Amino acid sequence: MIRFVLRRVSLVVPTFLGVTLLAFMLIRLVPGDPIEVRVGERGIAPERLAALRHDLGLDQPLWRQFLHYEGRVLSGDLGQSVVTKEPVWQEFATLFPATVELSLSAMLFALVVGLPLGMVAAVKRGSAFDYGLMGASVTGASMPIPWWGLMLILIFSVQLGWTPVSGRIGDQYFIDGGTGFLLIDSLFYSDDPGAFASVVAHLVLPTIVLGTIPLATIARMTRSAMLEVLGEDYIRTARAKGLSGFRVVAIHALRNALIPVVTVIGLQTGALLGGAILTETIFSWPGVGHWLVESVQRRDYPVLQGGVLLVATLVILVNLLVDLTYGFLNPRIRR
Amino acid sequence: MSVEVSETRLFWNGFAENRGAVGGLAVLAILIFLALFADILAPHSPIDQFRDALLRPPFWQDGGSLAYPLGTDDIGRDMLSRLIYGARLSLLIGTVVVTLSLALGVTLGLLAASIGGSVDVAIMRLMDIILAFPSLLLAIVVVAILGPSLFNAMLAVSVVTLPNYTRLVRASALSELARDYVTASRCAGAGPWRLMLATVLPNCLAPLIVQATLGFSNAILEAAALGFLGMGAQPPTPEWGTMLSGALQYLQRAWWMVSLPGLAILVTVLAFNLFGDGLRDALDPKLRR
Repeated sequence: MIRFVLRRVSLVVPTFLGVTLLAFMLIRLVPGDPIEVRVGERGIAPERLAALRHDLGLDQPLWRQFLHYEGRVLSGDLGQSVVTKEPVWQEFATLFPATVELSLSAMLFALVVGLPLGMVAAVKRGSAFDYGLMGASVTGASMPIPWWGLMLILIFSVQLGWTPVSGRIGDQYFIDGGTGFLLIDSLFYSDDPGAFASVVAHLVLPTIVLGTIPLATIARMTRSAMLEVLGEDYIRTARAKGLSGFRVVAIHALRNALIPVVTVIGLQTGALLGGAILTETIFSWPGVGHWLVESVQRRDYPVLQGGVLLVATLVILVNLLVDLTYGFLNPRIRR
Repeated sequence: MSVEVSETRLFWNGFAENRGAVGGLAVLAILIFLALFADILAPHSPIDQFRDALLRPPFWQDGGSLAYPLGTDDIGRDMLSRLIYGARLSLLIGTVVVTLSLALGVTLGLLAASIGGSVDVAIMRLMDIILAFPSLLLAIVVVAILGPSLFNAMLAVSVVTLPNYTRLVRASALSELARDYVTASRCAGAGPWRLMLATVLPNCLAPLIVQATLGFSNAILEAAALGFLGMGAQPPTPEWGTMLSGALQYLQRAWWMVSLPGLAILVTVLAFNLFGDGLRDALDPKLRR
């Protein structure tokens, strides 16, 4: 097991180096010299330009600049935003809880709805319900997320007036401090009982929009994993012993059917963060995805560079975690 | 020859059994027809602005007319014509992206499988790096570097989908390379080129065809997402995702501006996905009885 862990972890190192190299190259490939971009229209004296270039290390050979950048990244310095002058790391840390809250909520929604639907479809294989669910699932997986979000806003916010259109909480509520997770903060750091309700109302539509593709995937995976397991001998044995149909399905079969489903959930992290970019943009959700899109529009390249690096590192770490968990659960793949 | 015919027959029987796949194929045929004959079928030019007919609703609503069957947008362009020309763009995006990533992916995958060693490691590590980014984010980065345009969006999506093909080709080529018929071909004196391209590659085609079909839907979705974010095709190009982004502020006043382009994306992507699923089932001999 230790060898498996070490080997898997060592695979992460070149990937991480590659990711930092790409982030490093990003700012060099973008059109325009970083200093000239900063100076803008005002112009700059050649001596001053040379001095600034020297200060920033831009006169060094590329490989040395990269080593320097790598050193800075590893010590936690990701540069600062050109627009707000805030450290990139600090902006990320402020916005990240909003993205995590939305992503977890979307994943929970996908699981709570997708697992039972997939199970029922497997048990009632070939029924109208099964066909309906599989049709809905391929439709969900084909959904253009921006459009889906706009349609839900059109129906539930504009026509019915049930949910707010954008943001995380109503303007009238003020929450001071806390964890950054508004679901928690609105309960413990606000005296107004309406705050929590407002947070939940703001969360509903983005959750559905972001959760749709994972929901389609999970329902489909659960159904096929369940079908496979239901054909196994031990399920027949369980039935022969006279256990109730529900018990056989919900306890005996589900346990083994869950293994591939758990893997899929872990591997959805990247897709979820990608989907968050669109979902957060539609709902003006103050999270990391929205921040990254804005950084491109404002040409705030240090933010894009640092943000991309952080998100990619996160995906690498989560995938590593999934692999390790899987190796832990299933000794056969440790080889 | 007779064997080949029965293979095709078998394939078609398997495929035709799947009603969703046949439906998907039918929709695709219609889309291709629309794209090819857009110049004849579209009632107006996609970029002509009719200043006396701004935000007209579709013909069945009050104020709509058959001159603009699906209404007009905020600057008086005919929605139906833009949607028809959009089909042309979406199919073009799919074709370019799939061709690019397929060609590069097959090359890299075959190289990794046949040379092995450090070449294999280098190629596969590079793919791992690409996979570490959420695909849309990497596409955004590529567009940020190259500048927003339809062509750059297509390049970006090709880069993002490259690992799928490379991994697939490498894996199936490796498993084919271990087979007896490859050894036999090698003993018969086949050179490395012939071995990889004429002997191994044809036997890896089935999963590749499926992946390429599903790649169309992926490419169309990603390009539309970039268009929606303002980083894909630029106005006045009638790309469906770009049309969505312009429609945002008319959500309350003109539902057709928002609903129709997205519906077109959904139907197209769904058709490709159903068709691809059908192909996979029909091409997989294990599922065929």
